[in-house]
Amino acid sequence: MNYTVDPGLYALGAPDKQSPVLVTANFKLSFDRLRSAFGGRNAWILVLDTKGINVWCAAGKGTFGTDELTGRLKASGLEKIVSHRHLILPQLSAPGVAAHAVKRACGFSVAYGPIRAGDLSEFMDRGMKATPEMRTKRFPLAERAVLVPMEFIPALKWMAVLLPLFLVLGGVGFSGTFRGDITTHGIQAAFMLTGGLLAGAVLTPLLLPWLPGRAFAAKGAVAGLITGCIVIFLSGGAPDTAAIQAESSGMLLISVALAAYLAMNFTGASDYTSLSGVRREMQWAAPLLIAGATLGLILWTAARFL
Amino acid sequence: MANTLTYLKNVTTLALDADLCVGCGMCTVVCPRAVLSLKNGKVEIVERDACMECGACAQNCPTRALKVDAGVGCAAAVINTALGRSGDECCCVVDANGKTGPVCGPGCC
Repeated sequence: MNYTVDPGLYALGAPDKQSPVLVTANFKLSFDRLRSAFGGRNAWILVLDTKGINVWCAAGKGTFGTDELTGRLKASGLEKIVSHRHLILPQLSAPGVAAHAVKRACGFSVAYGPIRAGDLSEFMDRGMKATPEMRTKRFPLAERAVLVPMEFIPALKWMAVLLPLFLVLGGVGFSGTFRGDITTHGIQAAFMLTGGLLAGAVLTPLLLPWLPGRAFAAKGAVAGLITGCIVIFLSGGAPDTAAIQAESSGMLLISVALAAYLAMNFTGASDYTSLSGVRREMQWAAPLLIAGATLGLILWTAARFL
Repeated sequence: MANTLTYLKNVTTLALDADLCVGCGMCTVVCPRAVLSLKNGKVEIVERDACMECGACAQNCPTRALKVDAGVGCAAAVINTALGRSGDECCCVVDANGKTGPVCGPGCC
């Protein structure tokens, strides 16, 4: 599918020399949302070449940047088309654009509009003033829910390997027959892993504000502990022999590590994490996850000999 | 700040040199996390832990009073960088207009 729009100058409605100039990325969703939000009004839309990437990401990469803006502006001949010298940029393009540098380079002043295109009409009606709400990025449940497939579907690729592997390994070495052990030990292991997947890729994004801890790995570990305990409870309650204890706690460690890892990956999709923060989190979380999963694997294997 | 999530404490690289600040307020306009506030003609960092190091304030400061090591807080990108892969291509998927779209390339989180 093609998500790009050709860069350049577009007319929305019937704009004239005094009409406002809105700047956006050449990602189709950005462009379409801007058009529909501003529908019924006249404006010029200057579409930058951001390689089909949305405003926020393109600004972070610098493709929605000062150079692209000033270059595209000159190429479009905008200075002959409008009589004023003002541009309205989405606020989230600011990591890539230096307003004072644009002014210096081409004489156009930059005003940062609201974060959401949906607030643009109100912003204009208020005399180009944004309320604090328009300026602040939040991460509500609906936005987190939309991102769940972005975590869940790539994880399925790994699960397609892990689940059959643990199912078959569950049939090896325990006291019963291969087939019998698969339906008990193997199935339990598979359910534990599935619990970890759901905890890290679904529950963590949805329950983000309510899970304890600030680090995503901690939130994921708590969610994984909950799903793991539910699976253990459903598969026969409290483990009574040393062998079952080792088996259950081993798989619990593995599924908690899996959940924490998947949760940590959600830092990329979330919009309030900093690079320094993610680095600090990973410094302690990554070794802990590897140690936990290794210990879990050792316990799960040792359970066969207890 | 009400209704917003905060990540780890005391970790942001955001730094303000108040002597250089001319009080234009541009940083308070572009910050999507309400980290900065204009008080008595100078900017102050009022919500340090809310900073996500997007770099908008430093980019738009005409006097370079603000500095931050800008980057994307993404574990997959950090892993890719650590493994020496070229793909610190990680981008968030939250569109500037507040909505989301599957816009990431290969190797993206």
